[in-house]
Amino acid sequence: MTASNKPVRVVTPVGARTHWEVGGAPPAGAVEVRAPIGVLTYEPADMTITVGAGTSFAAVDAALAEQGQECALDPRSPSATVGGILACGLSGVRRLRHGPVRDHVLEVRFETGDGRLVKGGGPTVKNVTGYDIPRLFVGSLGTIGVLQQATLRCRPRFAVARWFTGADTSGRYRPSARLWSGEDEAVLFEGVEADVDEQGRGLTALDGPPALPDAPHRGRISIEPGRVRACAAELAADVGWCAELGIGTIHVAAATADALMRARSVAHAHGGWMLREAGGPPADDGYGCPLPNRAVMQRIKHAFDPDGRCNPGRIPLGVAPADAEAHA
Amino acid sequence: MLADLRAAVGPDGASAEPLELALYARDAGVAVGRARAVCFPRSGEEVAAAVRVARRHGRPFVARGSGTGLAGGATPLDDPVVIVTTQMNRVLEVDTEARVAWVEPGVLNLDLSRAVAHLGLHYSPDPSSQQACTIGGNVGTNAGGPHCLADGVTSAHVLAVDVVLADGTQTRLGSLGPDTPGYDLRGCFVGSEGTMGIATRVAVRLMPDAPRIATMLCAFGSVEAAAATVSGVIAAGVLPAALEMMDARITQAVEDFVGAGYPRDAQAVLLAEVDGLDGGVEAHVDAIATVARANGATLVRVAADETERALLWKGRKSAFGAIARIAPDYYLHDAVVPRTKLVQVLRRVYEIADAHDLIVMNVFHAGDGNLHPLLVFDRRDEGVWERVYAAGAEILDACLDAGGVLTGEHGVGIEKRDLMPRMFSPDDLDAQARLRDAFDPDGAANPQKVLPRGSRCGEMQRVPAGAWI
Repeated sequence: MTASNKPVRVVTPVGARTHWEVGGAPPAGAVEVRAPIGVLTYEPADMTITVGAGTSFAAVDAALAEQGQECALDPRSPSATVGGILACGLSGVRRLRHGPVRDHVLEVRFETGDGRLVKGGGPTVKNVTGYDIPRLFVGSLGTIGVLQQATLRCRPRFAVARWFTGADTSGRYRPSARLWSGEDEAVLFEGVEADVDEQGRGLTALDGPPALPDAPHRGRISIEPGRVRACAAELAADVGWCAELGIGTIHVAAATADALMRARSVAHAHGGWMLREAGGPPADDGYGCPLPNRAVMQRIKHAFDPDGRCNPGRIPLGVAPADAEAHA
Repeated sequence: MLADLRAAVGPDGASAEPLELALYARDAGVAVGRARAVCFPRSGEEVAAAVRVARRHGRPFVARGSGTGLAGGATPLDDPVVIVTTQMNRVLEVDTEARVAWVEPGVLNLDLSRAVAHLGLHYSPDPSSQQACTIGGNVGTNAGGPHCLADGVTSAHVLAVDVVLADGTQTRLGSLGPDTPGYDLRGCFVGSEGTMGIATRVAVRLMPDAPRIATMLCAFGSVEAAAATVSGVIAAGVLPAALEMMDARITQAVEDFVGAGYPRDAQAVLLAEVDGLDGGVEAHVDAIATVARANGATLVRVAADETERALLWKGRKSAFGAIARIAPDYYLHDAVVPRTKLVQVLRRVYEIADAHDLIVMNVFHAGDGNLHPLLVFDRRDEGVWERVYAAGAEILDACLDAGGVLTGEHGVGIEKRDLMPRMFSPDDLDAQARLRDAFDPDGAANPQKVLPRGSRCGEMQRVPAGAWI
């Protein structure tokens, strides 16, 4: 039995606080811990970079840009840290072409709730040695441990990246992003100049990406891509939204928590769910929908954080198995 | 138990005949195990029923597709029930709009791409065994292939998996939506080599066929020049769809075997493929040609048409078949090194083979540093297996010493299980064991694979005092 009766000090990792309220605000009285900052190794020819988890995306991006490379983690705010981005697992709008956050992570080193330094994955661009601990970590919201460092996969930066807008942007080869807020669509093409020009034919060039909706209460709906339009059509007028076509993410923002919760109900009605990104207080009903495979997740949580020290409540896991045993 | 299995999967769906058991005692690796029974379910319900029968009789179970795995991942240990998914071979649904297909685990990799080819779509991971290996097996090993350089291995292409867990319950991991509440159990399951349960339906992402594909053949007077070209291409900002290398021996063997049009006098051959739109393809072909020539390429040729392109790839994908012309047996290794260490590690691989009086041939995914040294031999030679094993161990050591990893796409299985401590600390292994146990607390799914004995810290503590671990 690893759970002790001693009161435990709850720990919450802190980066730039740009993801501070994702999944709910951290528990009161938590000890805040910070991760190392800085680029540890960067070998452009290997297209991998290893950084301290406290390093900002902006710093990583600047180091990669010097060598003509990038890692499309694309947080909403470039001051977000790599640790925060990985822990929250919120993918950027270029996911359509570049893949989700989890596909950019090769190796993680983190300290578990019971104080072990664990390395998972490996430093090479291809690796299937052992269990996929990096993917377990991405999106775990700091509930299994505190990230110390990560090795990321990079790629050459495209020569040209240009946003366009038009009524229908479908049917064009591999756009990097397609966004829609109810009227004209916005689409991002990346490649060599000639290809981007060709891709954008019949569309109107934009100066930059359309803004994602912003308000005190924000969330992201995750839904089957084929249901995005139907779901968005039912969102109320007091909710700002922007959908990632082809992906199934709908960014939503509202002035009040109630309005955001109504958007969540719409998501549920369409078989989706919503993760709160900003604005409190956290919902006391978790995601408002059942957590799938909760028993397995509870065992994972218990295995990495037997005393429940790491960001308790950030994922609504309910009663942990050990506690359940104690109560039985 | 056999009667119960037959009740679960039908009277002709289970067997314990010695001949059948012998057939399923191993996969394409070298380890041989022993099955208690073998069964061939036709649905997720039947898989779940078979798992429950095995558990009720106190037996573990092992999932198996076509048995093409090279690491012994499907080798039955601890007298398990082998659950073969090859009868579940239907492509169930194709959503062309969302570019998603639901398939049963026994669908062959190449059959999936063929089934969607008329829609202008394909399934990207393409292991060399793609004519024979199943999607379920690909999920188990997180399989790769030449075309994983730009868009990633299996895990990047699996959106959701319906699975039977070790307790016989059925559930879905992942979703067709972009994110799933809680932990990424889908990500944990893919590549878990059957130790977390059995996939019964898989939702895979399909990729649009590129409007233009250019396949290039570059020949070099030395392996070093070819490897320098690989690094140079990446440094030039080009990420090809595939970048494969073959050394002189394998090039000649392939040429003798299929006549792919590779130059017989080359010391190394690079096969590079770029795809996309016209402008990008032309720019990248030019860039690759420039880098190759700067590194002294003796030949740079772009396949003129689809026939020539297919032939170039046929050569690469026939490499393993071609080896039979050199010697009757081969042992294929799979390790990854940082791209920047390719030359130094390859040199070491040749030295190691020479020292053990073995022939080594190299055909590999150069773009991502994924080496596949092939030790070819004749098992009738006295003492040859010892030399093969010793050379293999030294090659893996050389890869790890260069900052590499034990396996890039074949998996750990039983072959590399006991080498895991070379890459991971006791705490790392313990964490992996705890993750595995969260899915399968009793260790009933594919026992004794991936993690060596003693991986759980608790296990270590149970060893009697004074015992040597």
